[in-house]
Amino acid sequence: MIRARTLSKRYGEKRVIERLDFDLPRGGFLLVTGPNGSGKTTLLRMCAGLVVPTSGELEVEAGRARIGYLGHEPLVYRELTALENLDLYGRLYRVPERRERIGMLLERFGLWQARNERVSSLSRGMLQRLALCRGLLHEPDLLVLDEPYSALDELGAELLDRELAELRDGHTFLVATHDPARLEGLASARLAFA
Amino acid sequence: MTRYVQDVAVLARKDLVLELRARDTVPAMLLFVIAALVVFHFALPSDSSDLAAKGLLWVAIVFTALLGLTRAFVAEREQRLMDGLLLAPCDRSAIWLAKGISVLAFLALAELVALPAFALFFSGVDGATVAGVVLADLGIAAVGTLLAAMASVSRARELLLPLLFLPLAIPVIIGGVGASVADDPGRYLAFLALYDLVFAIISWASFEYVVAE
Repeated sequence: MIRARTLSKRYGEKRVIERLDFDLPRGGFLLVTGPNGSGKTTLLRMCAGLVVPTSGELEVEAGRARIGYLGHEPLVYRELTALENLDLYGRLYRVPERRERIGMLLERFGLWQARNERVSSLSRGMLQRLALCRGLLHEPDLLVLDEPYSALDELGAELLDRELAELRDGHTFLVATHDPARLEGLASARLAFA
Repeated sequence: MTRYVQDVAVLARKDLVLELRARDTVPAMLLFVIAALVVFHFALPSDSSDLAAKGLLWVAIVFTALLGLTRAFVAEREQRLMDGLLLAPCDRSAIWLAKGISVLAFLALAELVALPAFALFFSGVDGATVAGVVLADLGIAAVGTLLAAMASVSRARELLLPLLFLPLAIPVIIGGVGASVADDPGRYLAFLALYDLVFAIISWASFEYVVAE
């Protein structure tokens, strides 16, 4: 699914990623670990197509329509409701049976009651759950998750555990985390940044 | 093509809904353009010609547009929402076109108030001036949206947008003032139409490269 060879990224003089090689086969689960500022987020953003590598090769088989990305920001509009945000992305991704899919995700992540509330009034944990709904809305093949457990309370974390376990078969995962123990059982490979 | 139009419609509708909810761009543009016309009314000597007043109308329009453009990508910048739009499998130029449509709508709303106010404070507005304003708006929205996107990813965005936009708005001023005051406004209107066409094509084609990190 992902093949990287001598992949490098620099911002000016700063070398963020230097000559990285790795493969993530279809159905694999690659756990990316490392301290803050080590390049985890940059790697994930490159794989999602948000950042262009400075040099090297990066082949991602999934196109934009098949990638589900969860970053540090929830990527939802504060002035729109949870439902309106998912409807916006559902239309852009051409999600079939959009309303049913949105309703199912909101129910599953415990956001149905808050569906008509503006995002600005949601808690940080609810925002993270909404961001997960957004990332999963179009049933992507490749899930790129950057610190997916951040801001989630125990209930939200359990919901995500359950969701990831259900999606494990048939999906490819690239996940950056500071809590690798939580995902160790699902991971098929690990990439540690120094 | 249908898909492209649908994407543009979805994104433009989103921007209009956001403005209806937040109401922080159009009211500011309205207040600014009225305030500018009032200031010009008192600043201009009473025996000044119509030509000078028409010039000031175009100054007010360009700076009002600049105010709207500085707000065009605020949500996308502050909440990194551009990432969400760039991840979506739509043509990235659809983002530019949709944003341009919303900028155009906000500017048109401001001018719906500004032109009668100009007629009240100075002199009547003829058809050639209105045609000039419409054509100028198209060019301002096209090039301004591209530059606003460019500035939004820069740290010095408040400085960068006026520095980039105002030089590129000079042809709009020339065409607009010419259409307003010349005996034969046709060639100035044609000039504005050509400007719109050229800059719309350039902006449409280059937007993807502007927003790519």
